Amino acid sequence: MKRLLTVAIALLVSQAALAGIKIEHWMTPSGARVLFVESRVLPMLDLRVDFAAGSMFDPEGKSGLAALTRGTLDLGAGKFDENAIAEQLADIGASLGGGADTDRAGISLRTLSAPDKREPALAILNSVLHAPRFDAAIFAREKARTIASLKEAMTRPDSIAGKAFWAAMYPNHPYGHQATPESIAALSRNDLVAFHARYYNAANANITLVGDLSRADAERIAEAIAAGLPKGKAATLPDAPRLPDWSHVNIPHPASQSHIYIGLPAIERGNPDYFPLLVGNYTLGGGGFVSRLMKEVRDKRGYAYSVYSYFAPLKQTGPFQIGLQTKRSQARDALKVTREVLTGFLKDGPTEEELAAAKANLTGSFPLRLDSNKKILENVANIGFYGLPLDYLDQYRAKVEAVTTDDIRQAFARRVRPENLITVTVAAD
Amino acid sequence: MRLKYLLSVLLAAGLSTAAFANPYETTLKNGLRIIVKEDHRAPTAVQMVWYRIGSTDEVDGASGVAHVLEHMMFKGTPKVGPGEFNKRVAAAGGRDNAFTSRDYTAYFQQVPKEKLDDVMALEADRMRHLNVDAKEFAQEIKVVMEERRMRTDDEPQSKLFEQMNAVAFQAHPYRRPIIGWMNDLETMTAADAKAWYDTWYVPNNAYVVITGDVDHKEVFALAEKYYGPLEGRALPPRKQQIEPAQEGTRQLTVKAPAELPVLIMGYKAPVLRDIEKDSDPYALEMLASILDGHDAARFNKKLVREDKVALSAGVDYDATARGPGMIYLHGTPSEGKTVGDLEAALRAEIARVQKDGISEQELKRAKAQLIAGQVYKLDSMFGQAMEIGQIEAVGLPYQKLDRMIEKLQKVTADDVQAVAQKYFNDDTLTIGRLDPQPLDGKPRRPAVATRH
Repeated sequence: MKRLLTVAIALLVSQAALAGIKIEHWMTPSGARVLFVESRVLPMLDLRVDFAAGSMFDPEGKSGLAALTRGTLDLGAGKFDENAIAEQLADIGASLGGGADTDRAGISLRTLSAPDKREPALAILNSVLHAPRFDAAIFAREKARTIASLKEAMTRPDSIAGKAFWAAMYPNHPYGHQATPESIAALSRNDLVAFHARYYNAANANITLVGDLSRADAERIAEAIAAGLPKGKAATLPDAPRLPDWSHVNIPHPASQSHIYIGLPAIERGNPDYFPLLVGNYTLGGGGFVSRLMKEVRDKRGYAYSVYSYFAPLKQTGPFQIGLQTKRSQARDALKVTREVLTGFLKDGPTEEELAAAKANLTGSFPLRLDSNKKILENVANIGFYGLPLDYLDQYRAKVEAVTTDDIRQAFARRVRPENLITVTVAAD
Repeated sequence: MRLKYLLSVLLAAGLSTAAFANPYETTLKNGLRIIVKEDHRAPTAVQMVWYRIGSTDEVDGASGVAHVLEHMMFKGTPKVGPGEFNKRVAAAGGRDNAFTSRDYTAYFQQVPKEKLDDVMALEADRMRHLNVDAKEFAQEIKVVMEERRMRTDDEPQSKLFEQMNAVAFQAHPYRRPIIGWMNDLETMTAADAKAWYDTWYVPNNAYVVITGDVDHKEVFALAEKYYGPLEGRALPPRKQQIEPAQEGTRQLTVKAPAELPVLIMGYKAPVLRDIEKDSDPYALEMLASILDGHDAARFNKKLVREDKVALSAGVDYDATARGPGMIYLHGTPSEGKTVGDLEAALRAEIARVQKDGISEQELKRAKAQLIAGQVYKLDSMFGQAMEIGQIEAVGLPYQKLDRMIEKLQKVTADDVQAVAQKYFNDDTLTIGRLDPQPLDGKPRRPAVATRH
């Protein structure tokens, strides 16, 4: 009965407070950064812990270590073996998620917020974070599975193209290093233990909580997570990527379609050029069905089902990327049209009309970016991990509105220089 | 104790919506049903228009036309020029797309709530006034062929699944791929697409599902304004097509450039026709959950983790469909193991359920996941609209969604054992194998050894 009332009252309160997302922020005594959004409508909690422990921190010659460390983390920890973790989470309807990308390794938890579900779920999460076993037999098994899936990926034209693209964009930076069956085969259990000890620490952690929780509970939960981690020190970044020289890598493959990527390292998170690039790219290839690339490559010529461009800002200079797939016999023609669209855009930028359309969509669609706990979690975790201003979401629309066609031309001229563009084609005739 | 508490949470979540008799429904004079589920968590709305028409309604030689028409729906009407639909949705700050399945074709927009009016006007316009222009068609059919290359021709697993269905079903139209055979796409004309549209795109063959921060009375008024004037028309009779009973195992192999073999074992299985009277589909759903519902469910625990016979193993079963159903077991063998080893292992797991049944704890676990899922699904407005749309598409009433959950909660361990005994029958089995081929036609280099 009490529970019913709480739910009913919570519903009213939160409905009155829709204006913006209120992010609370603090540091735990042990040095972890915490971001919290209270959302009482649904009786559930989403939580994630991100560490600067992505593949960019793979030591030389040990590519794939970050991913395998994260992948093995929840396969046995503390008093729970790997099956106990999965079974006990399922018993309370909770689940763990997350993974490793170039920059971060994250672990997420979704659970019902009732304490008799939440607390056991958190106990498992804390074990996984604080006391992973890295059991030798499980490590050997996961290594074999990883090698098998890498070998499979090396037969897929999209994976081949993606790996070659990153390798060519970042010849002298960890972003360009790829896990291979050989690099995985050379990893030892000690490598995982050492990587975990170095990077899974409080100073290197960002904790994000969204859901049916009080501030006091959020503080207690975050502190329990952080206190069990070594205090440690934050990760140190490698030297910034250097720009590559123009090149075109062509790789043969028997597929019926050619996969084409064009791009270069362009921008890091938090750089003020991001907004002009974001708004400009909407017109070039970001705006779904209404971009210039879509119009020229798909609508007018029927060359591709999917064609897009985007900027992916990372901790260090992240890529600008154009991608498409087309029948192998017309790969040259499709590539030519794509390049012409890019060249034209770099020269003239968007028209005033295109700029207005871009702004209308990017500002108008803003509420869609935040209409579920899942989306809020993702946005807020990004703010925390990348150290963006806490009012980033509040400022978003104003920053988009402030962009001019000149800003876009200049930002593209700075960030997308033709002499540094990499092109990768796989299965092109 | 635990279960009781879970039920009270579920009840609470249900109550906050049930108090408003949510969802709401009305039917316009032309036969179009409007279903509105109010959800005031965020100032957004989702509109989905569902047509009761999918690839299952196609005929030989015209496979893929349902999906091609879905593409053509963005190519303009007398009022809204080619490409203009997407432009207007984008200008409204919205996102839109569409999808075609065997059983239905659906179109959707996610928008800030103030823009629902605009996208309702747009959907109503193209429900009856589409131009199927021959020039636009000539470009768009190429796009669809590229889509087929991307999704199927260069995807060994999709190709295997396509061939599986072509073998498992011989008479029923589920044997044809949704995207269509390449040759059918090559010979398709604008007139084929136009005929499809003229026959099936009428308000009495559709329903609209709207979720979000809206007032249902206002939505009903907008629906009357935009969709109300459209004329309904009688639909051609649809003849029921029944797949003849399968009498013996069928086997097929697909060769494709790949590293790893894949095995799929598909058994004919029932689907839900009567929410109250049927019981086997519920038990099959619980069985699927017990075999593959979480990382320590039987398949992963035994085949991947303990015996290491598989790199991955899973179960696919969908209890709802207009046509016949199947339950699929699938997986990839570990290095040094064959698809034969994997097949034996999958069979042994099924035999274990047939002989020894399942534990109460396993069943309870599957039910706990189900109940939590009822809370989590409310986090997505789009997901809620999808749920209503999909259940209606197979002819079951969305009002019974909660009843389906209750029926699932009532499944017993004996029920699960009984369906395992009843449906995993070799006579209705189709086995598909992906035989991986080297990319360059040359023998593979030696495998990398794993150090232990």
